[in-house]
Amino acid sequence: MNSTGGNLRRRWMNRLMLVICGCAAAIVIGFLVLILGYTIINGVSYFNLDFITQAAKPVGETGGGMREDIFGTFILVGIASIIALPVGLMAGIFLSEVAGDKAASVIRFSADILAGVPSIIVGVFAYALLVRPMHSYSALSAGVALAIIMIPVVARTAEEAMHLVPNSQREAALALGISRWRMILGVIMPGATTGIVTGVMLAIARVAGETAPLIFTALGSAFGVQGLTEPIGALPLQIYRYALSPYSDWQKQAWAAAFLLVILVLGINIVVRLVSYRKK
Amino acid sequence: MMNQLFKLDKGLEAIGGETSATKPPRCIIEVENLSAWYGHKAVLKNISVGIGVRSITALIGPSGCGKSTFIRCINRLHEVAEGGKVAGKIMKDGQDIYAPDIDPVDIRRSIGMVFQRASVFPTMSIFSNVASGITLTRIWSRRRDLQDVVERSLRKAALWEEVKDKLDQSGASLSGGQQQRLCIARAIAIEPEIILMDEPCSALDPISTLKIEELMLEIKKDYTVVIVTHNMQQAARVSDWTGFMLLGDLIEYAPTREVFTVPKDKRTEDYITGRFG
Repeated sequence: MNSTGGNLRRRWMNRLMLVICGCAAAIVIGFLVLILGYTIINGVSYFNLDFITQAAKPVGETGGGMREDIFGTFILVGIASIIALPVGLMAGIFLSEVAGDKAASVIRFSADILAGVPSIIVGVFAYALLVRPMHSYSALSAGVALAIIMIPVVARTAEEAMHLVPNSQREAALALGISRWRMILGVIMPGATTGIVTGVMLAIARVAGETAPLIFTALGSAFGVQGLTEPIGALPLQIYRYALSPYSDWQKQAWAAAFLLVILVLGINIVVRLVSYRKK
Repeated sequence: MMNQLFKLDKGLEAIGGETSATKPPRCIIEVENLSAWYGHKAVLKNISVGIGVRSITALIGPSGCGKSTFIRCINRLHEVAEGGKVAGKIMKDGQDIYAPDIDPVDIRRSIGMVFQRASVFPTMSIFSNVASGITLTRIWSRRRDLQDVVERSLRKAALWEEVKDKLDQSGASLSGGQQQRLCIARAIAIEPEIILMDEPCSALDPISTLKIEELMLEIKKDYTVVIVTHNMQQAARVSDWTGFMLLGDLIEYAPTREVFTVPKDKRTEDYITGRFG
């Protein structure tokens, strides 16, 4: 009797645990669906052609859009990519192909820590490094801040992608009398393209939505994009400003901006999935 | 008793007298006291051997005896592996390839290699695979200039007829046997003097194996071939000289016919008659 009672209890326990795990999994999907759904439903109705093609209008005037801030986000991501892609890729190559075990583990650990540094700290650092000496908030300083966030992500994903290329490929290349750097460029990198592209896209998606580091660096601009050494607007900054404003017109535009940002990031993620799926 | 020993001695001399050679008449490679390690583990112990020019030299022996390491020392690939260390001399045309002023990349350009598993570059077309040894050592090359080399190499590797209409398809789309011949074509394309083959047929079916063997007999007219094989019939079929290795030592090295008919060492005899290994 004792044993059948224990059996029953064990079976119920088993069921209960499975249900709890299932609920936790549902919460993961649930939050995603809620956030995406809420943003899309609220944002899509305020999203229109004017939003993309028009510059901001002063309070009180209806209409206008975020053309300059969308442009600004692209410029910031562009600056960040120009800095972070070569540095990140080369660091990844060094990690995977050049460094010895000890050096690699030190660099790898550092990269992981750097990737975990709160982005607002990165913003403060870029402020001290560029904004103060240059006596101005600027697109450049914001680009650098975003690049610092991108570099470790690009370096680690590139390293992992190159690690997946089998050693036999390296030996085959070397045995043909190909030098190491040509082997890396001609055999290893092409073999790792999918992984590298995936990493770069995910890094871009991550950085496109960063807000905190921009507060100290890009600042935002009421006059549109003026130059790399001038303050510049960006979508996430504009969402922050407009959503907190008392004007319902601006709040609507914040929704539209949130919608656009979500679609951009979601789009990048879907493209990454398609690319890596097709390769398999 | 003494008399008997004397006779035995005489008998051995007679066999040695017939062939008398401890190395082929014309050697392209002379190995002197070669030792190699993986970390602290010695995998080759003091090996001295000569490799005959434009001939096929086979290395046989049980797994782990160091035969792969030996040929990887010849093109300086052993030192690339984690913990790979080499001591001794390998003379090629009177020049020690381990001399400090020698660039391993130059050595590898004159010594091609074919691996156990076909190591086709999967991101490249058949054409680019064959040309890769050339394109990846030059800054820039025109396809028109490469066409001749690619066709000639594929013909020598007996693959041209099978792939001539699909040169732009991925190298990975070929069958296992074709991929291995593609690797041979790729090795030939850089016009080496020596081609090392590390168990090139161990992953292939008998028909593909036969094709590769015919190919070896064909290319030995122009190249020196060194092949590592687990298949003793293969060594007997294709090679001119055979070396038997055991636990990092070269036990016996002689013309193939002798190794397989009158082996001098008991261990060689045991191995080729299938008593161990």
